[in-house]
Amino acid sequence: MTDLLYSEEEKALRAAVRDLLTDHCDAASVIARTESGTPHDPELWKALTEGMGLAGLLVPEAQGGQGATHREAAVVLEELGRAVAPVPYLTSAVVATEALLACEGDAAAELLAALASGRTVGALAVALNAGPGGAYKAVRHEDGALHGELTGIADAAAADVLLVPAEDGALYAVDADAVTISPQVSLDLTRPVAKVTFEGARARRVTSDGAAAVRRALSAGAGLLASEQLGLAEWSLTETVRYLKERKQFNRPVGGFQALKHRLAQLWLEVVHTRAAARNAADALAKGGDDTDVAVAVAQAYAAPVAVHAAEEALQLHAGIGMTWEHPVHLYLKRAKADSIAYGTAGAHRETLAGLVDLQAPQSN
Amino acid sequence: MTVAAELRSRTQELLAAHPPLETGRLDFLKARFDAGLAWVHYPEGLGGLGAPRTLQAVVDAELEAAGAPDNDPRRIGIGLGMAAPTILGFGTEEQKRRFLRPLWTGEEVWCQLFSEPGAGSDLAALGTRAVRDGDEWVVDGQKVWTSSAHLARWAILIARTDADVPKHRGITYFICDMTDPGVEVRPLRQITGEAEFNEVFLTGVRIPDSRRLGEIGEGWKVAQTTLMNERVSIGGMRIPREGGMIGPVSRTWRERPELRTHDLHQRLLKLWIEAEVARLTGERLRQQLVAGQPGPEGSGMKLAFARLNQEISGLEVELLGEEGLLYDDWTMRRPELVDFTGRDAGYRYLRSKGNSIEGGTSEVLLNIVAERVLGLPSEPRTDKDVAWKDLAR
Repeated sequence: MTDLLYSEEEKALRAAVRDLLTDHCDAASVIARTESGTPHDPELWKALTEGMGLAGLLVPEAQGGQGATHREAAVVLEELGRAVAPVPYLTSAVVATEALLACEGDAAAELLAALASGRTVGALAVALNAGPGGAYKAVRHEDGALHGELTGIADAAAADVLLVPAEDGALYAVDADAVTISPQVSLDLTRPVAKVTFEGARARRVTSDGAAAVRRALSAGAGLLASEQLGLAEWSLTETVRYLKERKQFNRPVGGFQALKHRLAQLWLEVVHTRAAARNAADALAKGGDDTDVAVAVAQAYAAPVAVHAAEEALQLHAGIGMTWEHPVHLYLKRAKADSIAYGTAGAHRETLAGLVDLQAPQSN
Repeated sequence: MTVAAELRSRTQELLAAHPPLETGRLDFLKARFDAGLAWVHYPEGLGGLGAPRTLQAVVDAELEAAGAPDNDPRRIGIGLGMAAPTILGFGTEEQKRRFLRPLWTGEEVWCQLFSEPGAGSDLAALGTRAVRDGDEWVVDGQKVWTSSAHLARWAILIARTDADVPKHRGITYFICDMTDPGVEVRPLRQITGEAEFNEVFLTGVRIPDSRRLGEIGEGWKVAQTTLMNERVSIGGMRIPREGGMIGPVSRTWRERPELRTHDLHQRLLKLWIEAEVARLTGERLRQQLVAGQPGPEGSGMKLAFARLNQEISGLEVELLGEEGLLYDDWTMRRPELVDFTGRDAGYRYLRSKGNSIEGGTSEVLLNIVAERVLGLPSEPRTDKDVAWKDLAR
């Protein structure tokens, strides 16, 4: 049966990650870093991966990982979302890792162990907006090398290796220094996207069934993204409540006005619902049953608008302060909005769901 | 023997002494009460055995497996859910012995004389008066939205006994005999055409002081117990996927492809997802309770279901198109139970409008969440130190 609660181990993991992020990922330094030219935080990544072993949660122990499940990875993502942490966890430790878990052979195994250690960062070279089951662009494979250009590749700038789908249907591994990675100016400063140009880049084939690997990777990405969105929405609610208890206008705390109380109570309700949906998706991914696709589609279709709503409410209720660069609410709004497109929009997931639960669209004329 | 094993063996003894198929329904229910298996957490002699509340499930499962009759908890829900815990908490020994057994067996139906036309969400502002006359109280006033009043033998009643103190302090709680002269029950025909509720007019109703529940002027405190139990009973059930109102509209969608439009498709999918997520939230709440870690999530369940029921049934009326212009039956009827699935979409749409009003309006519940869960400041209270008689009405 679906277990929607957090185990004691998961609670301990959450506390440890939160402590680390409190010490090493405060909002002011994240804001400063976004302007530094190196948006990713390699020190934080090292602490999370080499220090705590978190990059290998989804990888079996025999393959160099921690042998944990999506439930634990989801807890980590909740905390990373709560801190808008600029690390390639979702892209490398979840999405690229899941793609490799679908592959067989030495090349894939070697890469999987490297990603699990965290010393190598991987990125799936599929545009961030592609959802499970949706279309994505592939490059040309010729004489052992790749040719072409891909855009919207999340965290490519931090990656050591790219997993690239080619037109022959296979998935290839390419070293980052064999390609040209040009950062694009991204809406989400903490999970930037880049253009990747392949000009005869040497490539190692990791599987001939690239479609299955990509699909598995994007499904896990979409399902666990709901946990990041949960953390993000929770931060937005908690910070807004805290601020509105302190901020006084018309000789009263602003949080005592009923119009605002109702909005915050409504948001709380959405966050509570998002937690149930996100836990359900994480548990379904961990157990891998028939219901996984429904659980992922439901979680992502529900959580994405909630995260955006939470960040938008946080901005509006912080009012003028929310519009400033110094206050971190903009980081959350940018992440939430980009997340609402990542791994399939809510609308795309609803369409997927229509097929899964037999609620078909009208016949087109 | 563990408590659970003891309950199981007592249940088997009850079944052996009163085989359900050979015993009359009422006789079986009386025997079950006397065996302490009605509410296992109630005291001995009052339908229980002082066992942990969670073990009721053990007894219920054994009895269900044996095909034993139940006491029709939906029909007597007000008595079970509200009157009984209040009588247990605040009643005299004599009151408990007199009322709990026929309440539980369903021989005596209860109703709740709380709401008033002039009070609404501000329940403590109620104006029904009870004036002491020797050993009796004389009650005058009007109550409203009273489910089951036309079937009820008894009522729990709150009335004002002191108009010179602030509103919460001048209320006293009584048990009212619905057969007394001066109690007049009139059907209140509602938006759906039927009369599920009543207005109750109380004119010179004489209630002996021995049917007072709790101290004079402490009625609000007693009523809190009743109201707390009312909210707990709403929204705690386990439902399968598509188990709520989303079920009928999803079936209509599948069976009637000619009705489908793109706009309705998007809205249906969105509501299907929200209903599924609300179901998962309820399931998560249930798992928390089982694990002994109750969370504040329960406060929100009624809010979520009220809105969903209204939106889903509203969508269904639109989906039906020309049929949505019709209504199944406007005949004034007096249903004993609210039946959401036995009637058409139009009925569901209209009846679900009450979901955000009954048992605490959504606006009041949002305040409760904001104040008790999020810790936001309460509204300024201008009525706090004002005598009831001086309040604006």
